Amino acid sequence: MIQLTVNGQPAVLAPNSTVLALLDERGLVGKRVAVERNGEIVPKARHAEVRLADGDRLEIVVAVGGG
Amino acid sequence: MNDPLVIAGTAYNSRLLVGTGKYKDFAETRAAIDASGAQIVTVAIRRTNIGQNPGEPSLLEVLPPEKFTILPNTAGCYSAEDAVRTLRLARELLSTEDRRHDLVKLEVLGDPSNLFPNMPETLKAAETLVKEGFEVMVYCADDPIQARMLEDIGCVAVMPLASLIGSGMGILNPWNLRLIIDNAKVPVLVDAGVGTASDAAIAMELGCDGVLMNTAIAAAGQPVLMASAMKKAVEAGREAFLAGRMPRKFYSADPSSPTQGLIGS
Repeated sequence: MIQLTVNGQPAVLAPNSTVLALLDERGLVGKRVAVERNGEIVPKARHAEVRLADGDRLEIVVAVGGG
Repeated sequence: MNDPLVIAGTAYNSRLLVGTGKYKDFAETRAAIDASGAQIVTVAIRRTNIGQNPGEPSLLEVLPPEKFTILPNTAGCYSAEDAVRTLRLARELLSTEDRRHDLVKLEVLGDPSNLFPNMPETLKAAETLVKEGFEVMVYCADDPIQARMLEDIGCVAVMPLASLIGSGMGILNPWNLRLIIDNAKVPVLVDAGVGTASDAAIAMELGCDGVLMNTAIAAAGQPVLMASAMKKAVEAGREAFLAGRMPRKFYSADPSSPTQGLIGS
């Protein structure tokens, strides 16, 4: 298994998992979210191909009410 | 009257921009925004809530980007680096296959107790964002020199505070706002401080190109009614500015009725 930090929290995923698999696990596939991996944006079109590695830090964000 | 607000080459009929925070639910958010007539609405970018029910509607389903221009902000960011990262995520979030989303609201805060902008960090973030092709509308201090610096960097609108964010204290320094307006070639919008309709009208009468507000509507006793009041105030203030007010006469009166033809004369 690989150890990740997702939105500041520890998470564990199967080796070779893609960004899409991470979103799927969290019920976020098809939702309007954006993903950053180790400080770099992962474009939507690449969610299915970018594979996560041990120690990766991910941010998954949405739009919320704000001024 | 055809008098659009043009920001980064796009024309908007409404000069009122509204935030989407602090409403009691999404139904009230949408009703207030509809009553305001706003076409540009600000949103914040936050981590997905792990405990969130995936079936719940999201803000962008309530305010579809096909109908509203979504203006993502950097509220809560205290460094240029965090603000730039947040807006790169916002661009990714809001872009579609056919259209890249570039319009953003930059705000880099300096102190959580007063939410005053950190201007050195704001200028630094603006430089990076403009280089990366963002169209930056920027929250700033009511300082005409730094407003000019932001314009020179390439920001598409400068948005000085009228008083502290969420304070509802109104237009505290109209003279500085006038200096910024008179110096600027890009739209100047008051961002922060409006408390009630007359504040919005005063901002527009000063010559502001628009007003951005959130708490004044969301924290009103009846937000939807206040949204309607703000729409009218912005329109009234704009028309009064274009019409040109009469000169103030401090030491003399001037009757409106004829001085001749009075009975008994």
